[in-house]
Amino acid sequence: MAECHPVGYQWVMEAKRRGAKVFHIDPRFTRTSATVDTYVPIRAGSDIAFLGGIVNYILENELDFREYVVAYTNAATIVSDDFQDTEDLDGLFSGYDPETGTYDPTSWQYDGHLPHGQMNDTPVQRETAAALQHESHGPPIPPDAPRDETLQNPRCVYQLLKRHYSRYTPEVVERVCGIPREKFEEVARAWTENSGRERTTTLVYSVGWTQHSVGVQYIRTGAIIQLLLGNVGRPGGGVLALRGHASIQGSTDIPTLFNLLPGYLPMPHHANHPTFDDWVGSIAHPSQKGFWGNARAYAASLLKAYWGDAATPENDFCYGYMPRLTGDHGTYQQVLSMIDGKIKGYFLLGQNPAVGSAHGRAQRLGMANLDWLVVRDLFLIESATFWKNSPEVETGEIVPEECRTEVFFMPAASHVEKEGTFTQTQRLLQWREKAVEPPGDARSELWFFYHLGRRIREKLAGSTLRRDRALLDLAWDYPLHGPEQEPDAEAVLREINGYDVATGRPVSHFTELKDDGSTVGGCWIYSGVFADGVNQAARRKPHTEQSWVAPEWGWAWPANRRILYNRASADPEGRPWSERKAYISWDPDKGEWTGPDVPDFERTKAPSYRPPEGATGVAALAGNDPFIMQGDGKGWLYVPSGLVDGPMPTHYEPAESPVRNPLYGQQANPTRKVYRRPENPINPSPPEPHSDVFPYIFTVARLTEHHTAGGMSRMLRYLSELQPEMFVEVSPELAAERGLEHLGWAHVITARAAVEARVMVTDRMAPLRIEDRVIHQVWLPYHWGSEGYSTGESANDLFGITLDPNTLIQESKVGTCDVRPGRRPRGPAYLEYIVDYGRRAGLTPDHHPPIVTTDAVNAARGNAKRSTKKED
Amino acid sequence: MVSAESLFGPIDPAPDAGYVDAPPRMGFFTDTSVCIGCKACEVACKEWNLVPDHGLDLLGMSYDNTGALTANSWRHVAFIEQPRPLGAESPALAGTATGPSGSAHLAERASTPPGVPNTDPGLPPAPHPGPAAAMAASPEFLGMPGTDLPGRQERAGQRTDLRWLMMSDVCKHCTHAACLDVCPTGSLFRTEFGTVVVQEDICNGCGYCISACPYGVIDQRKGDGRAWKCTLCYDRLRDNRVPACAQACPTESIQYGPLDELRERAQRRVERLHADGVPEARLYGHDENDGVGGDGAFFLLLDEPEVYGLPPDPIVTTRDLPDMWRRAGLAALAMAGAAVAAFVGRRSA
Repeated sequence: MAECHPVGYQWVMEAKRRGAKVFHIDPRFTRTSATVDTYVPIRAGSDIAFLGGIVNYILENELDFREYVVAYTNAATIVSDDFQDTEDLDGLFSGYDPETGTYDPTSWQYDGHLPHGQMNDTPVQRETAAALQHESHGPPIPPDAPRDETLQNPRCVYQLLKRHYSRYTPEVVERVCGIPREKFEEVARAWTENSGRERTTTLVYSVGWTQHSVGVQYIRTGAIIQLLLGNVGRPGGGVLALRGHASIQGSTDIPTLFNLLPGYLPMPHHANHPTFDDWVGSIAHPSQKGFWGNARAYAASLLKAYWGDAATPENDFCYGYMPRLTGDHGTYQQVLSMIDGKIKGYFLLGQNPAVGSAHGRAQRLGMANLDWLVVRDLFLIESATFWKNSPEVETGEIVPEECRTEVFFMPAASHVEKEGTFTQTQRLLQWREKAVEPPGDARSELWFFYHLGRRIREKLAGSTLRRDRALLDLAWDYPLHGPEQEPDAEAVLREINGYDVATGRPVSHFTELKDDGSTVGGCWIYSGVFADGVNQAARRKPHTEQSWVAPEWGWAWPANRRILYNRASADPEGRPWSERKAYISWDPDKGEWTGPDVPDFERTKAPSYRPPEGATGVAALAGNDPFIMQGDGKGWLYVPSGLVDGPMPTHYEPAESPVRNPLYGQQANPTRKVYRRPENPINPSPPEPHSDVFPYIFTVARLTEHHTAGGMSRMLRYLSELQPEMFVEVSPELAAERGLEHLGWAHVITARAAVEARVMVTDRMAPLRIEDRVIHQVWLPYHWGSEGYSTGESANDLFGITLDPNTLIQESKVGTCDVRPGRRPRGPAYLEYIVDYGRRAGLTPDHHPPIVTTDAVNAARGNAKRSTKKED
Repeated sequence: MVSAESLFGPIDPAPDAGYVDAPPRMGFFTDTSVCIGCKACEVACKEWNLVPDHGLDLLGMSYDNTGALTANSWRHVAFIEQPRPLGAESPALAGTATGPSGSAHLAERASTPPGVPNTDPGLPPAPHPGPAAAMAASPEFLGMPGTDLPGRQERAGQRTDLRWLMMSDVCKHCTHAACLDVCPTGSLFRTEFGTVVVQEDICNGCGYCISACPYGVIDQRKGDGRAWKCTLCYDRLRDNRVPACAQACPTESIQYGPLDELRERAQRRVERLHADGVPEARLYGHDENDGVGGDGAFFLLLDEPEVYGLPPDPIVTTRDLPDMWRRAGLAALAMAGAAVAAFVGRRSA
């Protein structure tokens, strides 16, 4: 966090100054490690084993916050008899289908319930990363599942969890993660002792967790711990995701993702959502508890924002104009489709995939096979110059004179040269003023897309083709100002907020959005950011002039809530858990929830409220159901549906690992998304032979001095000089083993690439004991490329493409490699060198690592068949 | 007025330099115990003061690629990796493997001499088999069957500790600034805030200040010839603004304010750290009875000053100047007296 988020890290230092104990768990000793109380080294890719060890520690010693767990989580809920755990099936859950590599989640359900029809379609879900839509709400679940609040029923979630993690002992954590027992116990003790009625603990993570083939489950394990310890919905608690750069949260809320629409509405799928009613029905889940019951209003208002007057209830708000998903259109599939010549044109905005994305060679070869490419950036980044300056030009794979791609470079305005909002990790929107005019031809994204749309619409004007109606009917009418005809960013924010069509009055809450076409709302979760016609995101009242929660600084979605699910900060009767941790509580005299934050609950729903029989939607939420976006109002320790890879996080080895999974026969995530193509070889892992050709683990990350793929730092002298060259950090032991010299050259090799770097020998990289051997990890920064003041090779070239099945995020934080002294071969000899490594590792073009590595697969499938029969 | 300036001892430098109604003396307190090594101070300083870049040079000194305070780097963040614990922190690497690595299989393969045709699947021989061979032959070789995990017994107690010190260094703005004392052009001057500033339009590049500085801070810019150093953002101070580095520091490691207040705050911080089990915390440059009369920019360090590249006991190089002049004067008088006496003596003889 100190490395990548030094500005946010000031608050960690402030907390430490006030007596907080800070732990840092990381494969390498970083600037964060240097300033915390305890540093815990860990093998990259083993986090679930570590966190599962904490879960086991909590459950074995009964250290959970029992009252919270029973009342607010699904610990008491009874799960179907058909469910079989990874303990029973050697690393697989019941319902596994080895043909598709996905699960049928029928047997995972709560007792007596069948899954929602769409949820059975897991192969499609994986192709479309459908689980992402659950970022703001749970998948469908019946509201009245049987519960055993004594937690004794062997089929209740609590007992299943206990059994699932019973083997994750401190000894196993040591064997799998390389974390010494004493260190593990220090963390476990501190975490549990600092949680409960009087105290809370915060968990902070970043892409070191997300970029794995089991990334979602890493975070789920963290969430399980925080729920067991009562650290969710309470001040000082939570699971905090640090984002890679400014407004990444904003770009999932108003997404730049292929599978989502604003406010986490799913992108329609051509087969599953042929009509507006099908689409809305799949979100609202009639008969379900919670606020998604109003999905029709959110969806209708969004389509009204797109197509304005043309969108009417009679024509389903122009739902027919919406593009549809047909399968996997994720960024990695797109790149492979480019290589196959299926994609002709591409826009890159503020992204440098030639350096920043996994498998840089595939990225560059893909872009070199386009008809046209538009790059909008501050500088001429590698993704704009790959056709004349890249490793592939050196090897002759790209010939500048013959490269077919026409690259249009458009200079972009920087964040100080345009106005708008940033949404940070707390969901806080903060308005940015424009400080200076952008230089020369540089323009904002808003300008670019508005005028691009305007020109396309002018060219299509008068067209009678049906396919052009979607463009011609767009509401494309933002006020313009200034000599450059810049669209008014506040007008866009107003549309995002939503307004009443008849009066133009901005809505002040998403509950005001209607499904009859009388309101416009560009992103329902942002409704309220323009309440009363005031740009609430631009508020900057000093903390000295308001409460400690500072509700008048910026604006947080939803409804300006600073802590989500804050009903959980009070006990079931609505009283604060303790004076020290008081936040939102029920005031029986006033008959409402009060506190320094906006209650994340219906303001006047009493804690004693119990829904009448047959209630649905918001009315079905009881007065003690704090997790109001979940189908059952509870925090989920166990996920009966909605995740592709299982209801409980399980330790799988990364797709590339030097060790056999010590816990299960199943080596790696059995549902991971793989692309079996010759340009995407994957290093062998046990139980396959030859994994010792790539005996070391490598991981990549960022340095404080540079910014992601370098486009904003390598082009600047003041930043480049602070870290002037690409380097690789190795332990003294590895340096001795491989004959590496401090400041000398070395290169790191995988089946995809060899990347050379200067050697940094440091004690900060500690070898770890894993099972019966010592494992070395090497670390590389991934900032460099061939452009800028400071140039170097790109560490992300080393990665292959293996994705998390829920989100289609690439595993780019861990892989296996070899390390050799000296520089790598150049030109054609370089390609031969890589091929030779592959050959020695047994990687023939038709070789693919096995997905299933346990014999229990038939038992898992048998179970699926059984449950299907039952269903019949 | 110049004759009124003291060259050593505790004084308030601005009134001492002749300022009437001088504002309180301003300075920096750099608390290295909360420095996270982000180098924002270095960049903010260069941005505000238009300092040229110092060039691309990977130094291999941990994450320090600036190297020192120079004419082109007025803030310098030092990084020191040490095999020792930091106060009450848990030993960073306790219990990790420290022995030679790998399995028997790996070491054998790595130590196979080159020249063996590597067409078989498996690990290719290392190009430099020496180190691996040495390791394979070592008595500490791992991978043998044993009751404990490898590496645990053999090297127990070794390399368990690691701490990474970071410290943002800057011109000390000495109470008795030798650079200023020796400047023949008056380019270096004492400001009303008690800080020391070079006026680049007056500096003639003689370089006397460079050898005079007891800290090695002030430096001549190549291709320019003039001397440059931190101005404590004199222009910002005159506008009642915080110096650029302190403004940019995210963790308040660099604190700016009236020196009296900073000294009190620093004392409290040291006491707090001592109470929290960091006995090695100490102040540097805070004592107005030290060799430079105390620094306008002082530090909280976690080790001996030498570890950070700071002189342990700096003395203003002009401290003895009055004494030297006095002695020189005495010597001249004595010489003159002797000469007179010689003449007088001869005459009387």
